[in-house]
Amino acid sequence: MKKLSARRRHPLAAVVVLLLALAATGGLYAAFAPAGTAQADETSQSLAIDEGKKLYSVGCASCHGTGGQGTSDGPSLVGVGSAAVDFQVGTGRMPAQQPGAQVPKKKVIYSQAEIDQLAAYVASLGAGPITPTEKQYDSAGADIAKGGDLFRTNCAQCHNFTGEGGALTNGKFAPSLEGVDAKHIYEAMQVGPQNMPSFPDTTMPEKNKQDIIAYIKTVNGDNSASQGGLKLGGLGPVSEGLFGWIFGLGALVAVAIWVAAHTAKAKKS
Amino acid sequence: MSTVTDSQRKAPAGERVADWADGRLGIYGLAKTNMRKIFPDHWSFMLGEICLYSFIIIILTGVYLTLFFHPSMNEVVYHGPYAPLQGVRMSEAYASTMNISFEIRGGLLIRQIHHWAALIFIAGMLVHMMRVFFTGAFRKPREVNWLFGFLLFMLGLFTGFTGYSLPDDLLSGTGVRFMEGVLLSVPVVGSYMAMFLYGGEFPGGDFVARFYSIHVLLLPGIMLGLLVAHLILVFYHKHTQFAGPGRTNKNVVGMPLLPVYMAKAGGFFFLVFGVIAVMAAVASINPIWAMGPYRPDQVSTGAQPDWYMGFSEGLVRIMPGWEINAWGHTLVLGVFIPIVIFPLVLVAIAVYPFIEAWVTGDKREHHILDRPRNVPTRTGVGVAWITLYLILLVGGGNDLWATHFHLSINAITWFVRIFMFVGPVLAFIFTKRWCLGLQRRDREKVLHGRESGVIKRLPHGEFVEIHQPLKPAEMHTLTAHEQYKPLEIGPSVDENGVERKVSPLQKLKAKLSKGYYGGESQIEKPTAQEHEEITSGHGHH
Repeated sequence: MKKLSARRRHPLAAVVVLLLALAATGGLYAAFAPAGTAQADETSQSLAIDEGKKLYSVGCASCHGTGGQGTSDGPSLVGVGSAAVDFQVGTGRMPAQQPGAQVPKKKVIYSQAEIDQLAAYVASLGAGPITPTEKQYDSAGADIAKGGDLFRTNCAQCHNFTGEGGALTNGKFAPSLEGVDAKHIYEAMQVGPQNMPSFPDTTMPEKNKQDIIAYIKTVNGDNSASQGGLKLGGLGPVSEGLFGWIFGLGALVAVAIWVAAHTAKAKKS
Repeated sequence: MSTVTDSQRKAPAGERVADWADGRLGIYGLAKTNMRKIFPDHWSFMLGEICLYSFIIIILTGVYLTLFFHPSMNEVVYHGPYAPLQGVRMSEAYASTMNISFEIRGGLLIRQIHHWAALIFIAGMLVHMMRVFFTGAFRKPREVNWLFGFLLFMLGLFTGFTGYSLPDDLLSGTGVRFMEGVLLSVPVVGSYMAMFLYGGEFPGGDFVARFYSIHVLLLPGIMLGLLVAHLILVFYHKHTQFAGPGRTNKNVVGMPLLPVYMAKAGGFFFLVFGVIAVMAAVASINPIWAMGPYRPDQVSTGAQPDWYMGFSEGLVRIMPGWEINAWGHTLVLGVFIPIVIFPLVLVAIAVYPFIEAWVTGDKREHHILDRPRNVPTRTGVGVAWITLYLILLVGGGNDLWATHFHLSINAITWFVRIFMFVGPVLAFIFTKRWCLGLQRRDREKVLHGRESGVIKRLPHGEFVEIHQPLKPAEMHTLTAHEQYKPLEIGPSVDENGVERKVSPLQKLKAKLSKGYYGGESQIEKPTAQEHEEITSGHGHH
């Protein structure tokens, strides 16, 4: 101990500490980093990658480059991970129809098997978020109220109170979450597609993602109840005002015209 | 006339009750003057009734809500039936509103009736006010009543805003936060005002209780008083009427209050109640459970006020975020300028009657209404104001315009910035031209009759369309309005050749008067002589 203490002011001490720190970080990373493609069944995995590469060359390479390195028309796909591919292609956003402020979702044109192959190829370009398993995004038994709280803290700024969507700058927008698959919501939080920030497991653990999904599915899912009657888009006072003016005051004016048109007749003497 | 003296005759029970009341309240005198009060028939005269009835509905449902609402900001944990909020901390105000919505019998329906009626009330007041504006019903002797009505409208806005804020949900809380920002932007006294209103730093623990007493006591109390005064003045001035045969400035042609209008108005109350109840039964309004309780660290997009405050929201949204930093203080012009313009937009319409009276210099009483086309300048001003209001409403909902019409929110903001200045001017010009076109058509109709659509071929081969002459009553209605002559300043020099002193104010007045009644602003209505000339020449024209 004494030796170490005596040499701690040695000119090279800082270099040694730095080397030790780098070695420790690198070692820890090697030990804990996501395994990537290494552990999968080699043959079927490489087959999927090959198939995915073919699909990629046809459908994606024109914008993202032949090796996924990106071009002026599309970003690099190195390190975006299979989850990003599953989200973008699985919701029909990719392949994009045209450039613009934001790529909207549309009809999905690849089968899930093809999407998986594409995802495998893109994942092979560099490690990134992995497509979640069903167990990961299954929201059964999640805490809905906690999810609501998290949603209002992290999501409502752009997606509105119950995920009806909202506007961003210059034609960009936060899409409505109505009818979006739990898997895609999970992936979006993981990878942060387009203008959305990402919420990796370090800031938003898997459990919390499930809570949020449970909340969205409860308040804005296929079976959500609208306790007060017609939801009017769930957009708040603007649509309420429009409804009040058109159907409320409109009906009342019609009634007034009807009442005024039916007046007492003068008595026939 | 009868041999039986009063003391011997046994009066019917009803008469005895009435006698008893008359001896103490003097109802016979009141009834005699008021029961046969005549009201003219026109649907637009019932717009005010819509407001009156929705106000009554608001009070009735509001009383029910006060029985269950707790105006307190104490923190509680929710354990009610609405699953997505179970275990969430919230204020007692929010929790009790949840309780009203999900557990109190009929609570949600009453809440929705209350809120829908409030929207209808203010929308009705605006439309009623516009009816009065466009028909010139604000002219002498009704200027004071116009101001009473305007005050009711203003107070309605703030009563609505305070009510919207009470449930302490995330949407309304954002509005209350907005209001704090507005107060803080006021130079020098802003922070004191905010601290005073919220009893300390926002949100504090007081504002719900304070807004509650403002919402249920202070503002409705003043409004009730103004409402009664408004109605008394309507009775006192008698109702205006549109021009027509037999209708003069000195009479009112219509039906008596009793029994006709009592039945009509009474029935109309139930119709209004019915329409609002149906709305409340089928359409959700302000679903506070979907918004969650207010927390200062949370905010949602799409946070808008109810429609009547939407134009103030628009003003703030389109304003560039200017601020001046000097001597360690910040002047937030991006908020302060909009809140100065906000009351000015409203005041502009309130003072209009006085400006018009000054320009015309007309001191006579008016009980016959104008048709909007016959006063193109006033109608143009009114439409310009409505245009400004609507454009600002678009600004207030710019995010929804962006998402629903796939537009850029920045483009909408710029559109509103430009069109809040250009739009009213264009609207004024278009409206004025339109009115003049309608005046020309009226003139044409009076002089040549109505186009019948029947084409006649004359012996020498010419084709003409047969015009049917109007009935005298129709002609009277189309020509009953009076046309002012523009004010003349007179020669610029007096009889001695000395330059006359004309104040700039006089010059302005003459200019405005020319704008109102010059040759460019009204089409001379046909005279009896012109009509005579055309109709006496037997052939066609």
